[in-house]
Amino acid sequence: MSEKARVTIDGITVEVEPGISILNAARQIGGDLVPPAMCYYSKLEGSGGKCRTCLVKVSKGSEKDPRPMPKLVASCRTTVMDGMEVENMTSPEVIEARKGIVELLLINHPLDCPICDQAGECDLQNLGYEHGAAGTRYEFERRTFDKIDIGDKIQLHMTRCILCYRCVFTADQLTNNRVHGILGRGDASEISTYIENVITNDFSGNVIDVCPVGALTDKTFRFKNRVWFTKPVDAHRDCPTCKGKVALWYKGEEVLRVTGRKDQYGEVEDFICNACRFDHKKTSDWVIEGPRHIENTSVISSNHYDTMKPLPVIQQNKALMEANKVEFERTKKI
Amino acid sequence: MARKLLLEHIQVPDIHTFDVYRKHGGYRAVEKALKGMSSDDVVEEVKKSGLRGRGGAGFPTGMKWSFLAKPEGKARYLVCNADESEPGTFKDRYLMTYLPHLLIEGMIVSSFALGANLSYIYVRGEMMPQIRILEKAIAEAKNAGFLGKNILGSGYNLELCVQPGGGAYICGEETALIESLEGKRGLPRIKPPFPAISGLWNCPTVVNNVESIAAVVPIINDGGDEYAKRGNGRSTGTKLISASGNLVKPGVYEIELGLPVEEFIYSDEYCGGIANGKKLKAVVAGGSSVPILPANLILKNTNGENRLMSYESLSEGGFQTGTMLGSGGFIAFDEDACIVRNTWNYARFYHHESCGQCSPCREGTGWMEKVLHRIEYGHGQMSDIDLLVDVAKKIEGNTICPLGDAAAWPVASAIRHFRDEFEWHVKHPKEAMERNYGLGDYANPLLKKAEN
Repeated sequence: MSEKARVTIDGITVEVEPGISILNAARQIGGDLVPPAMCYYSKLEGSGGKCRTCLVKVSKGSEKDPRPMPKLVASCRTTVMDGMEVENMTSPEVIEARKGIVELLLINHPLDCPICDQAGECDLQNLGYEHGAAGTRYEFERRTFDKIDIGDKIQLHMTRCILCYRCVFTADQLTNNRVHGILGRGDASEISTYIENVITNDFSGNVIDVCPVGALTDKTFRFKNRVWFTKPVDAHRDCPTCKGKVALWYKGEEVLRVTGRKDQYGEVEDFICNACRFDHKKTSDWVIEGPRHIENTSVISSNHYDTMKPLPVIQQNKALMEANKVEFERTKKI
Repeated sequence: MARKLLLEHIQVPDIHTFDVYRKHGGYRAVEKALKGMSSDDVVEEVKKSGLRGRGGAGFPTGMKWSFLAKPEGKARYLVCNADESEPGTFKDRYLMTYLPHLLIEGMIVSSFALGANLSYIYVRGEMMPQIRILEKAIAEAKNAGFLGKNILGSGYNLELCVQPGGGAYICGEETALIESLEGKRGLPRIKPPFPAISGLWNCPTVVNNVESIAAVVPIINDGGDEYAKRGNGRSTGTKLISASGNLVKPGVYEIELGLPVEEFIYSDEYCGGIANGKKLKAVVAGGSSVPILPANLILKNTNGENRLMSYESLSEGGFQTGTMLGSGGFIAFDEDACIVRNTWNYARFYHHESCGQCSPCREGTGWMEKVLHRIEYGHGQMSDIDLLVDVAKKIEGNTICPLGDAAAWPVASAIRHFRDEFEWHVKHPKEAMERNYGLGDYANPLLKKAEN
């Protein structure tokens, strides 16, 4: 189909391929109007729809059927229609709902960022900073689990998990034998392998990259260093099992860890194999391409969070200024 | 009421056996439909009858059937949702126990209408006796030639399977039911695609409640127009109500939709009034997930008109002053009932039954339960009440499936109508542990009426 669909998101119109999701249409525009996504991962089929942080308001269904959608919809799993109008940051309702979701995601999260290896490149940290409230109203004991080793290279710290199911999809779609999954129901559900089974697959290490929080961590990197003190470098090698395109994270002369190359939405370009990830940690194993470009909005490069650049529509509208108040105040402090 | 449609022969001994059921006019609908009607005729009759889904949402059944996609070369399925597990609802269990052949007859006619050659009855795991009863009844029907190949010489083939579930409330949600039927974890799917396009094994599927399918039998026997004459307005026909709580005669009743709520509670034909001569305090009209209403609002709406047992009348006033007919789980509370404890009990149920797939429901239901537990056991704070309202608001409408709404509505509505009682629990924790709040002014006539 060559006919493009015209979608308007927060007053900005874009022409996109029909059939893609609202979230991906927003990513084509970029900037602050991209809804955050914790569980959606464009490389994993079937992911998304679970965390509900990407909720948006559809104020006009399509050109043919202009009725608004009755509820907020998950933008990662709702396809665009020609003439659709979507409100994300320009809808106080969405901002309010998202704030609620962030609070709910955090009530059982340990908030142990100071000792978490994911800190600095954690999607939940970013989400909490950008969309959450400063305090919590939750006064009960938080849910905890024991740490378990799934294989000799990966550690699972279930307490931090937000149950995005990304690692389950990864194992399903990248490997031919998934040995971990969700056990239990409701808020007692946990990611685990049945009877502490060990994950031994060539591509199992990718669950570390797709994990939005610090629930699945690289045991070879645990407590070695803070992410923002290491220097990322693009490198490749001739790998028989994967494409061999990776990012090396240096501290001085030493390669501390190897990961896939993550884009600004935290998604890797290519999945890499375990041999590249865990067994080749010498500079001589790799052909260096040059420093990895990290978005200057990332904490890793600038050591602080990006300031918000509100859309003109928001600045002209009093109700929206009010809804975004927390973000503006935070911006002033920096 | 006039002639009952579903429970007409409930008093006949051994009506659960094929021979007795057949002698009392059973399987007439199958003969009529398969011999003299096309499948479109059956759908048309059901549309004319105005039958609305009896499982809770009240979506017109005929409309649902006509949405079913009919691609070439793909099987179509009818799934009967017998995963009845809403607190307060037990009508389907009753129907399956005493009139299994009514359900099977309805399944044959409905499957014929939809062109399904393999249909499932998904029964909740705890209902093992009912599963045995249904399996026995299916064997009897098959023996008599009403199931299997070339039914009654019409060339139509149908197999019926009974599938026990694992006993999860969430598997009553149609897409979770389909997942469970496929042998996976019972997690609701993200819609679209809707089951009518891609359901069981990615084939077009219709999921209907037990009572909806059973109601197809009288519709075919008497004709859709005749069925539509019963009832009130857009709520046509009869409905099974499972009445429980502090009533003189709790049980399953078949009512004609449009019956005044007051008559249903107090007349001797139905519940016979409140037990032990006490006063009515509150009513949950359609299973635990619908908003709870105080006695004054359930008997009369804000305009002073009598509230009727129908989809429209119960929901009059929206969520501010109305409720829903839901699945017909009618629970009455007398003056000694504690609304806080009851709300906590419901919240505990939804916390336990949340599937844990999407974050607002997984985390929020547990949070609400903990706060309500704190209030009930005398450790509450005034701010907790507003906190509950806010958490309920954050869950409602933001989840994948309606379980989030079902968990939020009872809490939000209990606080909306019974805030005094919640505040009393917070202010007088010791007293609240020793005695109940009592009737308060929940049964007094509404003030608004006096102003007019």
